[in-house]
Amino acid sequence: MTSDNSHIPEHMRPENSFQAMIMALQNFWADYGCAILQPYDMEVGAGTFHPATIMRALGPNDWKAAYIQPSRRPSDGRYGENPNRLQHFYQFQVVLKPSPKDIQELYIKSLSVIGIDKANHDIRFVEDDWESPTLGAWGLGWEVWVDGMEVSQFTYFQQVGGYDCSPVTGELTYGVERLAMYVQGVDNVYDLNYNGRQDTDKISYGDVFHQAEQEHSRYNFEVADTDILMRHFEDAEKECQAIVEASAAKSPLGNDYKMALPAYEKCIKASHLFNMLDARGVISVTERQAYIGRVRALSKKCADLWMETPLGSLKKEAK
Amino acid sequence: MAELFIELFSEEIPSRMQNAAKADLSRLVSGFLKTAGLKFGAIEAYATPRRICLKIADVPTSTPDIKEQRKGPQVGAPEKAIEGFLRGAGVTLNECVEQEIKGKKFHVAIIEKVGQSTADIIAAAMPELIRKFPWPKSMRWGTGSLRWVRPLQSIICLLDGKIVPFEIENVPVGDSTQGHLFMNNDRFSVTDFADYKAKLLAANVVLDGAERAAMILAEAQEICAAKGLELIDDKSLIAETAGLVEWPVALLGEFEVEFLDVPERVIIETIKGHQKCFSVIDPKTGKLSHHFVAISNMIAGDGGKIITHGNEKVIRARLSDAKYFWETDKKIKLADRIEKLKNITFHAKLGSQFERVGAIKELAEMLSEFTKADVKKTKLAVELCKADLVTHMVGELPELQGYMGQQYALAEGIDAEVAEALAQHYAPQGPSDAVPTNLIALTVSLADKFNTLLGFWSIDEKPTGSKDPFALRRAALGIIRIVLERQIRLDIPQDLLPFFIDRLKVYFKDQGMRHDLIDAVFALEGQNDIVLVEKRVAALADFLKTDDGVNLLAGIKRANNILQAEDKKQPLEFDSIIDKQLLVLDAEKDLFSAIEKNVKIINEAVAKEDFAAAMSALAKLRAPIDTFFEDVKVNDDDADIRINRLKLLFIIRTATKTIADFSRIEG
Repeated sequence: MTSDNSHIPEHMRPENSFQAMIMALQNFWADYGCAILQPYDMEVGAGTFHPATIMRALGPNDWKAAYIQPSRRPSDGRYGENPNRLQHFYQFQVVLKPSPKDIQELYIKSLSVIGIDKANHDIRFVEDDWESPTLGAWGLGWEVWVDGMEVSQFTYFQQVGGYDCSPVTGELTYGVERLAMYVQGVDNVYDLNYNGRQDTDKISYGDVFHQAEQEHSRYNFEVADTDILMRHFEDAEKECQAIVEASAAKSPLGNDYKMALPAYEKCIKASHLFNMLDARGVISVTERQAYIGRVRALSKKCADLWMETPLGSLKKEAK
Repeated sequence: MAELFIELFSEEIPSRMQNAAKADLSRLVSGFLKTAGLKFGAIEAYATPRRICLKIADVPTSTPDIKEQRKGPQVGAPEKAIEGFLRGAGVTLNECVEQEIKGKKFHVAIIEKVGQSTADIIAAAMPELIRKFPWPKSMRWGTGSLRWVRPLQSIICLLDGKIVPFEIENVPVGDSTQGHLFMNNDRFSVTDFADYKAKLLAANVVLDGAERAAMILAEAQEICAAKGLELIDDKSLIAETAGLVEWPVALLGEFEVEFLDVPERVIIETIKGHQKCFSVIDPKTGKLSHHFVAISNMIAGDGGKIITHGNEKVIRARLSDAKYFWETDKKIKLADRIEKLKNITFHAKLGSQFERVGAIKELAEMLSEFTKADVKKTKLAVELCKADLVTHMVGELPELQGYMGQQYALAEGIDAEVAEALAQHYAPQGPSDAVPTNLIALTVSLADKFNTLLGFWSIDEKPTGSKDPFALRRAALGIIRIVLERQIRLDIPQDLLPFFIDRLKVYFKDQGMRHDLIDAVFALEGQNDIVLVEKRVAALADFLKTDDGVNLLAGIKRANNILQAEDKKQPLEFDSIIDKQLLVLDAEKDLFSAIEKNVKIINEAVAKEDFAAAMSALAKLRAPIDTFFEDVKVNDDDADIRINRLKLLFIIRTATKTIADFSRIEG
């Protein structure tokens, strides 16, 4: 059954407003007990890159979190002209570790909260295995279809950085724009009602992002300086390696913190720079594999280091 | 006798894995029952997206009691021997008796085993069976170490209606399951398979995949018929969708008529590939209708309006992409795309598709002499045959390569025969795929396939064992089929010949031909022309079906054996000139006159490739040869007579060798 939203003002209902949909998902998962995080403050290609997913999936400790993550795919930019494709979009990400037995039911309930009621829709779990060559990670799961439309990715993490994930993290990734377009009955992403208000008070998705899509598309495809990007890539790579190396020794100040998270941030940076270079079309097919291999080598080092940190290695005592 | 019923209930199992899982479950369970010495009745296995299950009828509830006597060492044998025997038999000396056998006393163990309960056997075997189940891909979940295709939620294991308990991590083993995930998700208990099937049906699950497939077809046809339309009943899509739903409901949706401007296969593939929906024909025009059938997994509260609307929305978006690709691709001519093939690597060591096209063109020009295809058109077809690889459409729907080339070619007004060749030059792709009729197409197809084979041969990437990553066997089979079905006379390059001989044997075997006949033909020198090989093999096969054939084969083999034996003693070096004066007996005179008459006919017939005529001339030698071997002793004491007789046999062997090496033929 659809949750009864009649007590909520029209403009705050998830089926009328993009932001209300995000808030409804946050509320649902907050109610379940997840830590509601904010987006990671770096450019990433997907919510999975957030350390709250990829790092927390490693190691013995339980974890529950949900967050919205702006995701950047420079090659998907279309100068604001395509109704479905964006170089910047949102993913709503939920990670539950260990994956609970009723995770599918929870997911279905969360859909009902945003206006997709299981009695009138055709919800399907269609085979789709996930693999991230840059993160050295893979999992099995499905893409979730609602009435033939792919709206989420559902993955049981099996390995990250070459390590078996145990316990296994269940990851739910909602394509928020897709879902909102469907429940709002809109064919063009820019027509989405962002704030749920009407007439002159209405703010549309286009009002918020259309100009940004145009500007970033031009920058990504035409202007971004490839020499600088390559240099930055190499710098990020060097810096990441240096952080990992420095982590081996004790600090002159007396601490011996392993710097897995700062190292990983450089790895994320390298990954985004690679995506930018790819959008500029300066990477050939063979070079592509080499770049992916370099980023994977970094993420592997970060995973190795994370496994030496308290969160990655010590099982927290039950309180 | 009891019924064994097992259900393994999980989250969604990929459609493509369900049939194999059913078969594996049957094989593994019946395997451990057999190992335990149990005989049982009929096995039925079923799968839905959320479960695999198995029912075995007439399973005994225990294995039979065993009473066995085992003879041991003689009484008084060394202690070690007796100890070893007792250990092996699992008894103590007290449990043995002494028995006299042929006057000697032996220790004989009396082994008695009480039958084991089948429930215990099952309980012991199931955990291992589940842990080692051969899923193509499996995973862990939660905190466990168990692997299954997706999380395993519960297990039913009932023998004679009673739960067979066993431990497998935290998965409950009992008598309960769940119905349809969205329509009827409560847990319920069952007593046996019949009860299970009935209760599942009440809980909106059709257990049998074949029944779901039948429902899909019937419902889809019905909703089409109601609108005067006709379903394209794509068998593989029916099978796939039957594995995606537990309760199929067909819904008819539509899209804007203007999308029908896009070539038909683009629409069909878009609707099928991305959305798993069926396309529909309008019988009035015989063309695609602007309708489609979606198979949902739900009896929706609103009769499926929202679901249909959702599917329409997605299909509309997909078709607008396709239409956009079609329109924009058409703006660039195929000829202007050729440069871009430089960016498409065919193989790291073999260069780009652009370079390949150049090489194929040379080959095609050469081959057109044999295929009688128009050279100019063939060259044009080769130039354009890979150009569609760099269109948006083929980038998006790679299975449309070739077909799109044809569509774009027609759209820009290229000769229809050349356009068709662009589509057909990949054919035949498999054993059931048709061979091109268009001469240009089959010339390009041959050139393309020869180029592939020669290329991979040059870098020593030949298929080995079950590994054939570049589908070279398929390419060779394609050439064989084109050449034979269109009777194209050409010589297979020497390097490739051994590979082709192997392929040809497989092909002939599939056609029901004898492999030894193929060996017999290839034992001759210079058999590079497959059409000729087939003619020889076919004529041989026909001949060997006759009495004359069988007897003559025996005669020729005998002649051959004698020649070989003589050759071993002392290498035979002689001409084929028979000295008539030395022909003494009637039998050898008759044979000689039969040879004189028929060998010429045989040689002429072979030169004309009329192997049937050659065979019937050969058949005339049968009777004289038979009589010759009955009446004539080849090894005459007179050396000249002996040589003369050997010459007769030699001439016969030489004559038969214009057709095949009969010594390689079995029987």
